[in-house]
Amino acid sequence: MADALPKTPMLDELEKGGWPSFVTEIKLAAEKNPMGKDLLGLLERSYKEKIGHWKHGGIVGVMGYGGGVIGRYNDLPEEYPNISHFHTMRINQPAGWFYTSEALRGICDIWEKRGSGLTNMHGSTGDIILLGTSTDQLEPTFQDLAKIDFDIGGSGSDVRTPSCCCGMARCEWACYDTMAACYDFTMTYQDELHRPAFPYKFKFKFSGCPNDCVASIARSDMSIIGTWRDEIQIDKDAVKEYADSGMDIDSDVVGNCPGKCMAWDGKELKINDKFCVHCMHCINAMPKALRPGKDRGATILIGSKAPIVEGALLSSVLIPFIKMEPPYQEIKDLVDKMWDLWCEEGKNRERIGEFIQRIGLGNFLDEIEVDPIPEMVAHPRENPYVFYEDYYEDEDEDDEEGDDE
Amino acid sequence: MADERRTDYGPPHYEKFLPPIIKENYGKWKYHELLKPGVMVHVSESGAKLFTVRAGSPRLMSVDKIRMYADLADKYCGGYLRFTSRHNVEFLLTEQSNIDPLIDDLKKIGHPVGGIANSISAIVHTQGWIHCHSAATDASGVVKAVMDDLYEYFTETKLPGKLRIALACCLNMCGAVHCSDIAILGIHRRPPKVDHENLYKMCEIPNVSASCPTAAIRPATVDGKASVEVDEDRCMFCANCFTVCPAMPLADPLNDGVSIWVGGKVSNARHEPMFSKLAIPFLPNNPPRWPEVTSAIRKLVELWASNARKYERMGEWIERIGWPKFFQMSGIEFQKEHIDDFKHAGLTFKRSTHLTF
Ligand code: SF4
Ligand code: SF4
Ligand code: SF4
Ligand code: SF4
Repeated sequence: MADALPKTPMLDELEKGGWPSFVTEIKLAAEKNPMGKDLLGLLERSYKEKIGHWKHGGIVGVMGYGGGVIGRYNDLPEEYPNISHFHTMRINQPAGWFYTSEALRGICDIWEKRGSGLTNMHGSTGDIILLGTSTDQLEPTFQDLAKIDFDIGGSGSDVRTPSCCCGMARCEWACYDTMAACYDFTMTYQDELHRPAFPYKFKFKFSGCPNDCVASIARSDMSIIGTWRDEIQIDKDAVKEYADSGMDIDSDVVGNCPGKCMAWDGKELKINDKFCVHCMHCINAMPKALRPGKDRGATILIGSKAPIVEGALLSSVLIPFIKMEPPYQEIKDLVDKMWDLWCEEGKNRERIGEFIQRIGLGNFLDEIEVDPIPEMVAHPRENPYVFYEDYYEDEDEDDEEGDDE
Repeated sequence: MADERRTDYGPPHYEKFLPPIIKENYGKWKYHELLKPGVMVHVSESGAKLFTVRAGSPRLMSVDKIRMYADLADKYCGGYLRFTSRHNVEFLLTEQSNIDPLIDDLKKIGHPVGGIANSISAIVHTQGWIHCHSAATDASGVVKAVMDDLYEYFTETKLPGKLRIALACCLNMCGAVHCSDIAILGIHRRPPKVDHENLYKMCEIPNVSASCPTAAIRPATVDGKASVEVDEDRCMFCANCFTVCPAMPLADPLNDGVSIWVGGKVSNARHEPMFSKLAIPFLPNNPPRWPEVTSAIRKLVELWASNARKYERMGEWIERIGWPKFFQMSGIEFQKEHIDDFKHAGLTFKRSTHLTF
């Protein structure tokens, strides 16, 4: 066989064991495509040398789009010519990552013809990742994808592809329609998604409840997390069934309530909803008996990010509760104001969370015309270095006294 | 005339991909139950039942594997399937009798079923040596080795609570690594080796200096060429400079490796979300199976599993017992690296006499 796969004794070790092997996947692709063969060879070499062989991407892309393609070249093109360019395309996933077999086959057929035949399902931000093709195939791949209605996702300093949990499609805890909101925002911000014009990236993530299955509080510049503001719905009979079936409601549920607002006397479960912090624990523990209330919406938080550049941040509260109804105009108006300010005053590679740290949350709120409220802080400041903004002049008093004249 | 070139049409509308049972019961789900590891049923107000079978995947997949999934979806689920935020694949069934045959077929193509409830879900991870320029370790290889080792915790639900592991191959952290029960983080430990020959051709010197969070980079002339110099004592190996300038490489086989972080969480259930904290400052890159990493992680998982109370996540458990106890029980040596020295480091110092002995 002239086309035998390269010898990869180290990688072969990773075909052993119970967990599905990425090496097996690369080999599957390599049977049909020389890119896979070179990728095996190059990766084996990295395993031997303990170092990567990829270079910074150049600017590559498809016509009319400023993002969505990650340029990638290896540093040993003579030895691994089939992957001398090996660019990644990010393809905007359908909300909630639902597919039909037909749609998936459509993508597979295109990528087998146009690229390496390797993918990530999915990338960390949520896109379908088509892993590796040459520069001349980028535009044709896009044209083919357009025929089956898949569009390119975000990269660089733009709106990154929004993502959401499956929400109402399959979760009883969804406090708003995450997939509808995610799709709506994605469509509203197509231009910002495809043409980088920000100081740095901006991510939206939509979770249907405080369990936050898409990690929006840790990984999105704007985190939209479902919640409710009335009483948790209690099905008394179902509570009894849990108790009868041996659940220790006192220690498992009541004892773990961070709001310390539950009581169980062996017969009745009482919740003082005024002090419930909407953490989801009791509902997670007794899904048949407890459900979020009926007055549902979302908490909007802002600013989370990984460490680069100035340190990691979690998102913090901007709006404690808002109804989530299309077209979500109030949120979008706020987004516009934040972007205007951040684009004007943000530094290169400064995420909005870092920008807020730099200028101060109080000043940021002033600029976007949102009033400060105690829900926004874990506690008020401890240090007395306050930037008081107004003071009286002596003359002010004189003037007042002079009024008598 | 050729059609006008379409752009900005966005992703396909999700409704096209929802099975009829989901369309009919959208927003009407009442509760769900775990039937067995990796299998759950959602029950609607209407009484309709939707069965989900979750299988682990390597995330990096060939189109042939995706086609196998598509075939299984056709065979058992009317052609409908989805993926989760942690790279698992989920088959959506209406016939309970199809569950076991589907699981058997998944086993035949090498995909374990599990990852729901008190188990370890698939490891969220990044590209590593397969496709990224800034990797300090591989991603898929470490993940594969760790998941092989923790396999039983994916396929069974014998842990006290959920355990979420994530890996990022550099500090860019493409993945929620910084809020995971256990995070594996690729690290460099040697300052950038400045390529003075080429830097002025490839990079804007003011940008390079400005990129450094500790102001360790100064413009300098080296051998008559405009370049930069690095104050190595101030370098904390973040690779910001390399991100903006390819002539500042940090990757180095002798010094690259991984660090292990513990106790983060994203969910608001019980305790508020938390960042992961440093447990092990350095473990070597030892491909292909990273034995030091797999054994360190197994020890952490088992220590938590045998000591945590029901529902307690890694970070909640450690907070209850205190970090000194964690170091004592884990046998991990506490070192200078464990003490924060970046911004607001003082907030992480112990500022009370609440100590255990
Ligand atoms: S975030 Fe909440 S609503 Fe969304 S899938 Fe997770 S548990 Fe369900
Ligand atoms: S949701 Fe959380 S805070 Fe509210 S009652 Fe339940 S356990 Fe307590
Ligand atoms: S974590 Fe770093 S090395 Fe890994 S894929 Fe992301 S940027 Fe690349
Ligand atoms: S690695 Fe980070 S700290 Fe070190 S010189 Fe580069 S930017 Fe500065």
